[in-house]
Amino acid sequence: MKHPKNQEAFLAGAKALLPLIAGVLPFGLVTGITATKQGFSTLETLGMTLLFFAGSAQLVALQLLRDGVLPLIILLTVLVINLRFMMYSASIAPHIHSLPKPLKWVLSYMLSDQAYALSIVKFTSTPSTSHLPYFFAGAALTMWLSWNVSVLLGVMLGTGIPESWSLDFAIPLAFLAILVPAIKTSPNLAAAAVGGLVAVLGIDAPYNLGMLLAAVSGISAGLAVESWQRHQLAKSKSGGTYE
Amino acid sequence: MSDLALWSLFVAVGIGTFALRFSFIGLHGRLHIPPLLKRALAYVPASVLAALVVPAVTLTGPDKSFAFDNLQIPAAIIAALVAWKSRNTLLTLLAGMGSLWLLQAIF
Repeated sequence: MKHPKNQEAFLAGAKALLPLIAGVLPFGLVTGITATKQGFSTLETLGMTLLFFAGSAQLVALQLLRDGVLPLIILLTVLVINLRFMMYSASIAPHIHSLPKPLKWVLSYMLSDQAYALSIVKFTSTPSTSHLPYFFAGAALTMWLSWNVSVLLGVMLGTGIPESWSLDFAIPLAFLAILVPAIKTSPNLAAAAVGGLVAVLGIDAPYNLGMLLAAVSGISAGLAVESWQRHQLAKSKSGGTYE
Repeated sequence: MSDLALWSLFVAVGIGTFALRFSFIGLHGRLHIPPLLKRALAYVPASVLAALVVPAVTLTGPDKSFAFDNLQIPAAIIAALVAWKSRNTLLTLLAGMGSLWLLQAIF
């Protein structure tokens, strides 16, 4: 990062992430508060936060831990939720190929929804240069710091919050805040409807497999509606001549 | 759960998640994502999040059952409307918690 242009790109990435902190902070606070109220020590919560570095996955794991679910099922559920990182990894890989190898290891660990979304827009809208990849480094590091500080703040607030505030409800609300904007198309609506319904029906499923089953059913419903739409589109394009 | 089991779980999640994130960045050009998996991944957020939200809102109490006097349901509907209009996490949280507290004070 000795080159001044690299530094400039790094700072631009960091700056671009700043407004997103408003959304990260409440989520991190809820995570820290929940973990503390569930009886986890500061060390355990911080260890979990640093090892996961994935907010939704961490909140899900906390919920499953509270329900006494088998660790193997928790691991599987969390990895399904985190599968999206593989997609981000595939999408961003060609743009950060030129970075030094150790930095790519660190930045892989710091790959987040926010840093990915900002960087991919930047990379696809500006001509590629040798310093542009440092934009991602700036955004990723800023996100990583904001998240860990937010959770730590939540831990500090933690036990000071009375039961009568029903703060447990903040977790589904935090998920709802991400879910609603994600329902942009009818396949997504189908995925959400089926996923939610199967999760309710499967609440008593053994080993809490209901959650995993709901995720798989929802994804299948999304794919089915998408295929049906393509089929309809093909049919209307061909002038309705094939039956 | 024992300390050892808990930390083993955290470390396993950490390694697994790192592997997912590092996959294509580390093996650039040597790994291709199958088209069906790529399409399926687009529906992970909607299905997983709904699977988390719907039971957490609608099923309450120690036996996780449905109750007509569950004030979380109207509060969640208000929060969903705010999320839809504002697309803002903080506003959604405030609207949901605020409505729940208000409803609890009234009923």
